[in-house]
Amino acid sequence: MRVSFLGTVFHRLAILAYLLFALFPLFWLVKVSVTPNDLLYSEGIRLWPSRTSFEHFRFVLENSAFPLFFRNSLIVATSTAVIVTVLASLAGYAFSRFAFRGRAWLVALMLLTQMFPLVMLVAPIFKMLTPLGLTNSLTGLVIVYTAFNVPFATFLMQSFFDGIPKELEEAAKIDGATQFMAFRQIILPLTLPGIAATLGFVFTAAWSELLFALMLISGNAAATFPVGLLSFVSKFSVDFGQMMAAGVLALIPACLFFLLIQRYLVQGLTAGAVKG
Amino acid sequence: MAIADALSTMPGTRRSLRDRVALRLEPYLYTAPALILIAAVMLVPLVLGLSYAFRDIQLLNPFSGGFVGLEHFRTLWGDANFFRALRNTLWWTGASVFLQFALGLILALLLDRPFAGRGLVQALVFLPWAVPTFLTGLNWAWMFNPVIGPLPHWLYALGILDAPNNILSDPSLAMWGPIAANVWWGVPFFAITLLAALQAIPRDLYEAAAIDGAGAFRRFSTITLPFLAPTIAITILLRTVWIANFADLIVVMTNGGPADRTQIVASYIFTQAFKALDFGYASAIAVVLLVLLMIYSMLIVLLRQTLLERG
Repeated sequence: MRVSFLGTVFHRLAILAYLLFALFPLFWLVKVSVTPNDLLYSEGIRLWPSRTSFEHFRFVLENSAFPLFFRNSLIVATSTAVIVTVLASLAGYAFSRFAFRGRAWLVALMLLTQMFPLVMLVAPIFKMLTPLGLTNSLTGLVIVYTAFNVPFATFLMQSFFDGIPKELEEAAKIDGATQFMAFRQIILPLTLPGIAATLGFVFTAAWSELLFALMLISGNAAATFPVGLLSFVSKFSVDFGQMMAAGVLALIPACLFFLLIQRYLVQGLTAGAVKG
Repeated sequence: MAIADALSTMPGTRRSLRDRVALRLEPYLYTAPALILIAAVMLVPLVLGLSYAFRDIQLLNPFSGGFVGLEHFRTLWGDANFFRALRNTLWWTGASVFLQFALGLILALLLDRPFAGRGLVQALVFLPWAVPTFLTGLNWAWMFNPVIGPLPHWLYALGILDAPNNILSDPSLAMWGPIAANVWWGVPFFAITLLAALQAIPRDLYEAAAIDGAGAFRRFSTITLPFLAPTIAITILLRTVWIANFADLIVVMTNGGPADRTQIVASYIFTQAFKALDFGYASAIAVVLLVLLMIYSMLIVLLRQTLLERG
């Protein structure tokens, strides 16, 4: 196909424009977080401050509760990701390999959980967890997040299992292995990329969750990063440098996991087209 | 394998009864942990929430809990805030979905063409999707703040704003704040799904059309669009429901304000539960939202049926 020179120039310019749109907000976050306090207002809208410093980061790490929030979020997101991946591997494997009575109903049920407004569960879940002592606790959050993420992760894992030929297990079974042995020793190692992608998706989702954390957690001890950051923002709404330094800290794990799952985004998003 | 299957289903052959029961149960054992959790943490609260809608449940009032019938729904019918939230939801969802889709389609078309560094560009333009939503909301709120952010000054310089003020505190403009944040965050979702669909279109179709003398616009309208149509339809429909329910950005950026001008139904439910601690009323609103979403989905299914029959 002939591609005109003008068309190519226009194409590259359009891509450049979108790159600026996508990256500018993140650039701004980083820029304010390294601007020293005395320049914050005088050079408020300059593209780069005349002097940079890490004072906000130092303050946030040494004198605030953010390291605690960060740790809490890390515990919650990692535990959720690991538990969800185990449960979703099992369920996704069953959906991929077995034809059993009620299978269509189970799939429909899981799809349904992705369609209704989760916000309507905020009140009942709070009421249910209170007598169990699971409000204000990281365990409570892990349980709730695990349930919310299992359906999507199951479809994702199923799509990875579907890509592995069935003949592998059949050969193993002829050699005397049970289905579960074949699953654990042959199929799981082959789906390692899928497992990594699922871990990444679920970690990011749990790391970002806000509304249930706000409702279920009060006080600092069990606050996750979003809860801590929002209460910091409402209390000290003028410490922009510190708020944005904390924001950059919240961004780091999410970006790391994004790099991990980047290659599987298409598969993940089509499996989870119902969710996002 | 066929022989093994036959053996296992034939009674009285090598496999014992216990083995056969175990074999039958196997898929249920794999799915049980996930299902029990979903039932306990999603289905039970869902049913409980439906019952709250007909009860007086206020967290701070120990004497509440009684059955009130349709009381909440009568209150809701006269609640101007609810109807404003309903209008805001239409506005929020319509504008967000339209802009996300339009930009997502453009981005997908741009990325569909090979160029040096495409992998890197792709990773960078999809990055906003990985940014936690609470941070997306805060960051855009900061960018709209004239003290610390550039946007009001740029909009003023362009003549869009009369003065470099924060649009988040202007009742008539505030909704554009969360919409902008939502578009920035959500474009990658559309771009990724549409790009996958674009790359599934056979390339020789384009070459044949080009040989026949079809111009770029004609190739787009006769090959690309028809191929993309199913993906576009499904993605937009599902995304509409998802965005209508998506309250995070609004809770973070404006908390429904100023003067409830950005309150959508989902954030109104959350505010009733979280701030007013009125679980009964919150659940009644949630039930109405659920019914509306179900009607929407049903209309879509009907529309699809009529279109299929006509086609």
